[in-house]
Order: sequence, then C-alpha cells, then structure tokens
Amino acid sequence: MSIPALEVDDLQTHFLTRAGVAKAVNGVSFRVERGEILGLVGESGSGKTVTGFSILGLVDPPGQVVGGTVRVGGDVVSGLDDRAMARIRGKRVSMIFQDPMMTLNPVLRIDTQMIETIRAHETISVTAARARAREALALVGIAAPDERLLAYPHQLSGGMRQRVAIATAMLNRPEVIIADEPTTALDVTIQAQILYEVQELCRRFGTALVWITHDLSVVASLADRIAVMYAGRIVEEGPVDDVLDRPLHPYTRGLIDSVPQPGLRGGRLVPIPGMAPALVGLGEGCAFRARCARASMACASQPALRELRPGQRARCVHPLTVGSHAA
Amino acid sequence: MTLFLLRRLLQGAIVVVVMSLVVFIGVYAIGNPVDILINPDATPEIKQQAIERLGLDRPFLEQYGTFVVRALQGDLGRSFIYDEPALKLILQAMPATLELAIASMVLALVFGIPLGMAAGYWPDSWGANVIMTGSILGFSLPTFWVGLMLIVLFSVELGWLPSGGRGETVVVFGVPLSFLTWNGLTHLFLPALNLALFKISLVIRLTRAGMRETLQQDYIKYARSKGLSRHRVVFVHAFRNILIPIVTVLGLEIGSVIAFAVVTETVFSWPGMGKLIIDSINVLDRPVVVAYLMLTVVMFVVINLLVDLTYSLVDPRVRLGGRPR
Ligand SMILES: Nc1ncnc2c1ncn2[C@@H]1O[C@H](COP(=O)(O)OP(=O)(O)OP(=O)(O)O)[C@@H](O)[C@H]1O
Ligand code: SF4
Ligand SMILES: [Mg+2]
Repeated sequence: MSIPALEVDDLQTHFLTRAGVAKAVNGVSFRVERGEILGLVGESGSGKTVTGFSILGLVDPPGQVVGGTVRVGGDVVSGLDDRAMARIRGKRVSMIFQDPMMTLNPVLRIDTQMIETIRAHETISVTAARARAREALALVGIAAPDERLLAYPHQLSGGMRQRVAIATAMLNRPEVIIADEPTTALDVTIQAQILYEVQELCRRFGTALVWITHDLSVVASLADRIAVMYAGRIVEEGPVDDVLDRPLHPYTRGLIDSVPQPGLRGGRLVPIPGMAPALVGLGEGCAFRARCARASMACASQPALRELRPGQRARCVHPLTVGSHAA
Repeated sequence: MTLFLLRRLLQGAIVVVVMSLVVFIGVYAIGNPVDILINPDATPEIKQQAIERLGLDRPFLEQYGTFVVRALQGDLGRSFIYDEPALKLILQAMPATLELAIASMVLALVFGIPLGMAAGYWPDSWGANVIMTGSILGFSLPTFWVGLMLIVLFSVELGWLPSGGRGETVVVFGVPLSFLTWNGLTHLFLPALNLALFKISLVIRLTRAGMRETLQQDYIKYARSKGLSRHRVVFVHAFRNILIPIVTVLGLEIGSVIAFAVVTETVFSWPGMGKLIIDSINVLDRPVVVAYLMLTVVMFVVINLLVDLTYSLVDPRVRLGGRPR
C-alpha cells in the first residue's frame, strides 16, 4: 500500500475553559491519499476547523493538542516545535481559511503576501518568486494577474480574494491542502467555478485535499470520500456515493435529509431535531443519542468505529440499512 | 488625491477663520481693546493717536475686517516689552519648541513601540506587568513635578546633564538647532524626556492593545499557516496594522505636545514659544498672546493635514485614487 499524503491518528485537542474541558477533537483518525479529496462535514461546532488547525499546529490557548499523531507523506509532523512546524506549514501542508475577507492582510499588497510564502521556504530571488506568484494566479483563473499582484486585498472582490488564497496555497506545491469552508461566503456560481478549478488542480498536481464544509451538496460534487464529524468524533466515513446514498449513521441520514435535494422538488426538508451538544461535560456514550430516534440502552457506552461495508465505517450501535442490504 | 487635498485645505481655512473670530472677540471685543493693544504707560495723546490708527473707534465688523487684513499681511501687533512685531518673536521661538516636540515624539516612538509590542506579545509575563505599571505612572505623574525630579536627579545629584537652556546650537537654513551638537543634545534630552513621558505611556498602551487585538485576527493565523517566521508575522503582518492607530493618535497628539511644552519649557528654561507665552502672559504682553494663538491654530491645521496624508500612506484602504474591484 502506498504511503498516504496525510494520515491522522487518534488526534485529540482540548480546550480548557472555565466551565471545564471541551474535547473539540476527540480521537479523530483519517487518511487521505495523493490526489484524493476528502470531504469533512458536520454541523457548526463539531470540530472541523479545530481538526485543521491541530494538523498544522495552529491551535492557540486555551486550546491544546493533547494526543495523536499526524503524518505527512509518512513523516511525523505532530509534536514538533514551532520552528520545525513552520517548515511544514505552507510548504508541505497549506490551509485555505473560511473567510476570504478576513484572511488576507489588509495593509499588504497581494504580491507581498504571495512572494513571502515562497521565500519563507526556499532561497529564491524576488523576481523569480514574483513570476511564480503570477503563474499561480493565472492558474486559478485570475485575469490580468500582473495587475492583481499590485492590488491590496480591499481592491479585489470576495471571489477573487479566495482565488488568491487558493493560488497562495498552491504556490509551494504542497502535498496536502486543508480548505476550511473556503467558498461558503461566496455566491453559488462563483462557488461552483472555484470548486471545479480546485478539483482540477488537485488532480493535476496530485495534491491531497481535505475540504471542510457543512454543505453536503458541495461535498457530493467534489469529494472522493467523506468523513462526517459529530461532537469531536468522526461518526461515519466512506466513499462519497456510498455514504450519501446509503448512510449507516443516523446522524448522516439526518444531515442528508436536511439538505434540499435538487431532484426532489417539493420534498419536505427534515431538520435534525434538537441541538448540537455542549462539548463540556459530554459523558461517555454516543453523543448523538439525545437526538437519535434509534437510541437504546446500548448507546450509553461509546460505540467503536466499525467497518460495516467495504470501505465504509460508522460509529453506531444500531446502524441503518445494513440489515436490509446484508443479503 | 487633489480633491482630497482641496477639501482638507478648505476645512483648514474654515478652522482658521473661526479661530480668528474667537481670538478677535476674546481679545478685541471683550474688555477694552485700548488696554490690550496699547501700552498702558503711553501718554493720552499717543493713546488717542493709536486708537485712530488702529481704528478702534470704528464699528465691530469693520474692526474685524481690519484685523483680518492686517493679520493676512503678517501684522499681529507689536510686543510692548520687546517693541518688535509679535509674530516675529513667536516665529523666532518656534524652532526651539518644534525641536523639543519632535524630539519627544521620537522618544515616544522609540521607547513606546518596542515596550508596547513586548507587553502585547507576552501579556502575562512579569515584564509586561512592569511596563504597564510604568505606563500608569507616566500617565498620572504631573509633568512639572517629573521635570523637577529629573533635574534634581540628573543635574543636581548626578551632575550628568544640564538643567536648562538649549546649549550650543547649529544654524541650519537660518534655524538654530540643538540636536546637532553633543552639548545641545545633552540640553535637549531631559526636557524631551519630560515632555515625552506621557506620550511614551500612551504609545505603550496603544501598541499593546493593538498588538493583542491584531494577534487575534484571522490574517495573523493565516500568515502563520503559510510557514512565515515569527519575526515576520510580528514585525510585518502585525506591526503594519498596529501602526495605523498609532500614527493617527500620535499625529493628533502633536498639538497637545506643543501645548504641554509650555510646562516643560518653563521648568527647563527652554527658550521656545511656551516659555515666551508664559512670560508674555506674566507681563500682559497681549499682542504676543494673540500672535501665539493665531500661529498655533495655523500650525495645528497644517499638522493635521500632514497627519491625514501620512495616514493615507500607511493604510491603503483610505488611500484615494485606488482602483476598486
Ligand atoms: N477558542 C476556543 N475556546 C474554547 N472552545 C473552543 C475554542 N475554539 C473552538 N472551541 C471549541 O471547539 C469546538 C469546535 O469548534 P470548530 O471551530 O472546530 O467547529 P467547526 O466544526 O469548524 O464549526 P463551524 O462549521 O461553525 O466552523 C467548538 O464547539 C468549541 O466548543
Ligand atoms: S449509537 Fe445509538 S444513539 Fe448513537 S447514533 Fe447509533 S443508534 Fe443513535
Ligand atoms: Mg469552522
């Protein structure tokens, strides 16, 4: 078996709040192959962003990565000091943030912000770095890249800024890109364009992509595999079509039913009853059981992530559809 | 950009006009202008001559008109004491004050920014506590008292630095400057430090607050996510953003530095406008007071204009003529 581009094993990140310990990431494991796109989905507060930050060692107090191993191309990158981690960030693993309005530094020109990303990792002249930045902008479909390089962020539209962020993430040809809901702030057409382009780029350069979103429809068109997060844990994981067509976990089912289906006009949207649980003081057992129609006494102890179909795993005592499809 | 400049110039002109009215009403219309404008020791004949010459028997508006016309020609009256044009006296004292003000601004930045950045970067360290306690002292101790203590310590006890005066000056483009000679620098240091103390505290607080707020921003985390060194994140990404409020506030504070210079100049016998105006008030040399007020107004307007221009250089978002989209 080839070495995965990114391998996360039993990652644990806690926030020490006044109310107690919030286990924002509670034993998350997954792997992404070269050129593969993993969709990481879940409701707000389920720990998607913290997972991304934990991989890059960017969790700030009161948060702390307290356990787990992260490997990039087989090399362990967890537990490194800040200097060593800085050599990984932006070079082997890049991140694209959620809000394009807030992530580019407002007082620095685009060229400054792109060139520094290259020069942080290799000795190269400013001219050569600029040429590469220009090329990267052209690659993500920005017209007149020379002009854009001289612009300040506020002179660009939201979609353009996010393209800049994507181009910046691609600059050093990283093995992994973590994209944290990078298109949610944009309108649908631009979102679709950007999704398409990113997919193309990752296939072309063999970049592994972790696409964080709470929007299942985005994942359906983009990802190869999908991992569903709930209260700091991955509750279901598998190939995108399997998970979306035949979910095993009741929470995944709920997510799917709460998304408007283009094919099913007039079909009723069913929101998941109840609210995402508070993380502090979350006891043992399945975190979803307060909202789950199938819950039983057995759900009071934490279910393991089991492979219930080839390549598809779920963390549920009473998974859906397995019985009916078992034959 | 031109439009921006024109608008600011117009605003400045309006401020000057309003202020001239205030000064005029304050000095000429309230009380007896004869007492204010004519040397009280003059004989009644001379007084009568002067009243006619100055048009003090004319209607109010006409008098104001004359005042403005004369002011525009640079004539703001003659000092009773020195028998020289008041404006000339003020202008002669201005470089000393400006030198003192600029020196203390430089001190404020040189001490305030690094200390504030350190206190903001390591907010819970004991060093930050020391810095912040010091800044509270700098805010609350009265300037004149600190000035006296500085003299007692450095001049009287230690004998390291002189206690007053400008020391040797070098004339550059007709302007005498202290900071170009060693002797002048030693004279400049204590008063500049005295005047700067409040500003240092202010800059420390601004920088620390800015640093703490900026470090929370997404763009800082993003910068870190690109693998930039801590040095670059702090000194380029954070610092450039912190600079904006500091430049603004400090620019607006130039006015108060010049105002506070009155105290410091008196304590250190620094021969600037502040000392001149206090001396003039003491001996009721009113034309000098009028000239001081008018000149400071004009100076403030000019300084504010320069601050606005600097501001637009530091923050691209306020830069005019930028291409949107
Ligand atoms: N600074 C913090 N202090 C305390 N707790 C935090 C902090 N940041 C995150 N958390 C905890 O981590 C949990 C997960 O947050 P995270 O931002 O990863 O959610 P998310 O899945 O990305 O949600 P969203 O879709 O809204 O972005 C939160 O529910 C919260 O309890
Ligand atoms: S483990 Fe139990 S409570 Fe949790 S999702 Fe499965 S059935 Fe529902
Ligand atoms: Mg998030």
